[in-house]
Amino acid sequence: MLSLAIDIAFALLGLSLALVLVRVVRGPDVADRILALDTLYVNSAAMLVLYGLELGTGRYYEAALLIAMLGFITTVVLSKFLTRGDVIE
Amino acid sequence: MGIATALEWVVAGLVIAGGAFSLIGSLGLLRMPDFFTRLHGPSKATTIGMGSILLASVLYMSFRGHGLSLHEFVISLFIVVTTPVASHLLAKAARHRRLPGSEGWKDGDQPRNR
Repeated sequence: MLSLAIDIAFALLGLSLALVLVRVVRGPDVADRILALDTLYVNSAAMLVLYGLELGTGRYYEAALLIAMLGFITTVVLSKFLTRGDVIE
Repeated sequence: MGIATALEWVVAGLVIAGGAFSLIGSLGLLRMPDFFTRLHGPSKATTIGMGSILLASVLYMSFRGHGLSLHEFVISLFIVVTTPVASHLLAKAARHRRLPGSEGWKDGDQPRNR
């Protein structure tokens, strides 16, 4: 029962990753692409947590945490670059 | 129905809810008409989706593993703290670039510099 639910959640997350990827390719502005990449990061971290849940191991949380932190830093740096034209002033 | 079966039902419901919320957020990102409305979908729905998947993981690992496992809450806390910051910075960048909004935002308006 739980493995079926995890499979369904994997399908939902994969579909959402595909939709976000469409926005990355199609996004009319750079800000749309950055937002879509941020969503991609968070969704893939969720997928990694789900994979750890399926395997029953606690080893994937560090990877998910790393992905979440890198996604946040990337988003902040890129939007700072868009706003100010420079990252470190 | 034993406690293990009830736990499995709860974890399965949380996992499916998390996937559904992530899908709803991505659908909003894909379908909304302009940038400022597109910002809503990922910053709320994806946070809730990630949070419910992490809560499912906390429950499952705490009852199946060796004792209480709370380090998933670190990711959850991190996501909850950082997503509004990232959305705010993105909205500021979009306003600086004068992306068109739906209403109440005309092309000649100056962005507030704060």
